[in-house]
Amino acid sequence: MSAIYFTEVAHSPTQATVQRLYFGWLRFLKNPLAVAGLVVVMLLVLVAVLAPWIATQDPFAQDLTQRLLPPSGKHWFGTDQVGRDMFSRVIYGSRVTLMIVSLVVAIVAPIGLAIGTIAGYAGGKVDTVLMRTTDIFLAFPGLVLALAFVAALGPGLVNAVIAISLTSCPGFARLARAETLIVRSSDFIAASRIQGASAVRIVLRHVVPMCVPSLVVRMTLSMAGVILTAAGLGFLGLGAQPPSPEWGAMLASGRRFLIDYWWMATFPGLAILAVSLAFNLLGDGLRDVLDPRSES
Amino acid sequence: MPVDPVTALVGDQADKETYRAAYERLGLDKPLPVQFGYYVRDIVTGNFGTAISTGHPVIEDIQRVFPATVELATLSLIAGVLLGVPVGVAAAVSKGRAVDHLARIFGLFGYSVPHFWLGLIALVVFYAWLGWIGGAGRVSLGYVDVVPTVTGMILVDSALDRNWEVFRDALRHIVAPALILATTSTAYLSRMTRSFMLEQLAQEYVTTARIKGLTEWRVTMHAFRNIGVQLLTIIVLAYGGLLDGAVLTETVFGWPGFGQYLTSGLLAGDMNVVLTCTLMVGVIFLALNLAADMIYRVLDPRTR
Amino acid sequence: MNAVPTPLLAVEDLHVRFATPHGEVHAVRGVSFEVGRERVGIVGESGSGKTMTGRAILRLTPRTASVQAKRLAFAGEDLLAAGAARIREIRGRRISMILQDPKFSLNPVMRVGEQVAEAYSAARKGTRAQARERALDMLSQVRIRDPRRVFDLYPHQVSGGMGQRVMIAMMLVGEPQLLIADEPTSALDVTVRNQVLAILDDLVEKRGLGLVFISHDLNLVSTFCDRVLVMYAGRIVESLLASELPRAKHPYTRGLLESLPRLGQPRERLAVLERDPAWLEATQ
Repeated sequence: MSAIYFTEVAHSPTQATVQRLYFGWLRFLKNPLAVAGLVVVMLLVLVAVLAPWIATQDPFAQDLTQRLLPPSGKHWFGTDQVGRDMFSRVIYGSRVTLMIVSLVVAIVAPIGLAIGTIAGYAGGKVDTVLMRTTDIFLAFPGLVLALAFVAALGPGLVNAVIAISLTSCPGFARLARAETLIVRSSDFIAASRIQGASAVRIVLRHVVPMCVPSLVVRMTLSMAGVILTAAGLGFLGLGAQPPSPEWGAMLASGRRFLIDYWWMATFPGLAILAVSLAFNLLGDGLRDVLDPRSES
Repeated sequence: MPVDPVTALVGDQADKETYRAAYERLGLDKPLPVQFGYYVRDIVTGNFGTAISTGHPVIEDIQRVFPATVELATLSLIAGVLLGVPVGVAAAVSKGRAVDHLARIFGLFGYSVPHFWLGLIALVVFYAWLGWIGGAGRVSLGYVDVVPTVTGMILVDSALDRNWEVFRDALRHIVAPALILATTSTAYLSRMTRSFMLEQLAQEYVTTARIKGLTEWRVTMHAFRNIGVQLLTIIVLAYGGLLDGAVLTETVFGWPGFGQYLTSGLLAGDMNVVLTCTLMVGVIFLALNLAADMIYRVLDPRTR
Repeated sequence: MNAVPTPLLAVEDLHVRFATPHGEVHAVRGVSFEVGRERVGIVGESGSGKTMTGRAILRLTPRTASVQAKRLAFAGEDLLAAGAARIREIRGRRISMILQDPKFSLNPVMRVGEQVAEAYSAARKGTRAQARERALDMLSQVRIRDPRRVFDLYPHQVSGGMGQRVMIAMMLVGEPQLLIADEPTSALDVTVRNQVLAILDDLVEKRGLGLVFISHDLNLVSTFCDRVLVMYAGRIVESLLASELPRAKHPYTRGLLESLPRLGQPRERLAVLERDPAWLEATQ
């Protein structure tokens, strides 16, 4: 028998949740690509945290006698046009990426969840107003909208994060609302209401937990897009400003030298690709485990 | 704004008086709601302002640069459909087997790769090192404005003019940006096609087709005919997504289209350009979504 | 009821197994029977394996299924050893199958006449015009009064009864020798059911076809068929002539018979079938 059965009945909600998480984890492990994604994401976090110890040199230290050197034993990824070690810059760039990802999640998750569940649960005028507003945002494709926001706010890392968050919120809110609508009409919600639970309590304790699985999947998959958008903004010079070692900005500055000094753009680009791919793989794997009905 | 709009207008050598005058002329001393009111009034009367860098009305500029983007996006879409749809069908038919996994991996790359980086690599490898494709811009310097402009799309115009030299040159320049831009839409189209096909292949009428003794190819076509409407819908939606990607692709390839106009306006602090362009994209995007919706409703034989 | 030298269909020790996430399912467990130019009914409840038996003959089981048998032959030809191309030839031209619900078994975006014509082209080759003529002819044989008009209709524009008649036309236009009918009237209204059955009866008779009639309706099968095979849990538990049904011996068959309400024999309570686990081990 290949199936896994519960060996004992859970005695408390906590134990039930733990059991579910455990078996979900076992199912997740069966998907090699998803596990690979998870490993890379964890690697990103590790590298970002341990950057000072992993980087071989100071990412900001310029040495004009060491300009544009190809990869070597001393500079694993070569040096850039002002003599900075590319390897260290890519390593420190992971910090910027991680910060962007974390900030976006920290902003979008609670706000999107709040808007979506409130709109879905309250219904009526509140729902209409909130959804029309998100519709306006959804009328614009992602990068263009982010560009418009950056235009209004000015360049810089924080503004880029805000711009990206604003573009991601509407889609997230819509999903939360869709999930809320499904849950809203179920019997256990009605039972809660009969027992006199307040709307806030119902939303927080019952609706939100039901939304979590598909929202986690969606959030993870969006991270890939967030990283690409952030890199794109950086490439245009609208993200983290120099001398910050943001990967997209590094691609932009390396552009002029690319023809004769190929290492200038290869490694930051590969880093972006690797991290984005990892989040996509992780998100796919999570979806197979948490939300199988949404995939064919 | 990355650059202060007033400074963008008067230059950074201007003295305080000029600055103050320009500030008032731009209406920046009025409260924000009033400024917004002026803006709405302008838009409604068709006045989208003047672009600072070109000195022309923004509308005229957009009319000039838009065909370039349309040409690029259309070619990209064609590439995306020709590549993505067959791959999706193949993946569905061979579900769980090698072809399916391969298609999935390519799709993943399509979603994950920063396509502006891919564009840079393509330029270095295929233009600088191998010389197979053209460099930045739509045509090489010697061919600029050689063929009369009919549609604004050089491929079409040169074909109409029977100037095959220009046509080949334009093709060499558009191949790389079109393919690079197509990566995301190819991944999307192949994934959706696979999904649609899997849904159909599980239906009873497919079994009927097999009972009749039809070849696997004809059986697959039976299923494929049923996803036509859905495909058309997502192709229209994909076109909207291409506009988004065009911004960065045009910047990398120096393609003088809408996307580059927007970014250069942004970097120059030209508010008129940015606002108008963003508005246009929104309108187009909405129109495409509506069109997709209508197509679905009109063409599905079951809803007749 | 005829002793035919080589039976049309010979099945010996057929097994069909599936791999599912919850373990292996053994849907058909050693089924053996023969079909000549006669009507054989296979009766069973859902899950008895009757549908899978029918599908296995034409190699229409899902990809995750494995089909094994000591013998699976049509007119002496080994079906198990046949290659994919040969199976395609056999389908439609020698053996055909009618599915249950025309709402799902007809291609929604293709005109019904075209679907019948296609069946002809696949089985017999010929020009488009010939295929169209045969299709029209077949449509009138299934008693569709205005074949030319119906030819151009889409499946959602025809009623259930007409759709099933189209299905029958589609499956007989290639002139097969054996017809498998998988619950052919289960999706139809009772009033329409008899019409369709009459047509089927007529065509099978006229053409001298072998018929395998799969159904859950014991009554129906007993009146329509010459012989009845009763299946339970993947095995044939009883095989007898339709006329001998009242004298059936196996407890499952008896249970089925007794749970049927009868107009002429009013009872206080309808008997409920009680399942004996020993039936799972039973051999034919």
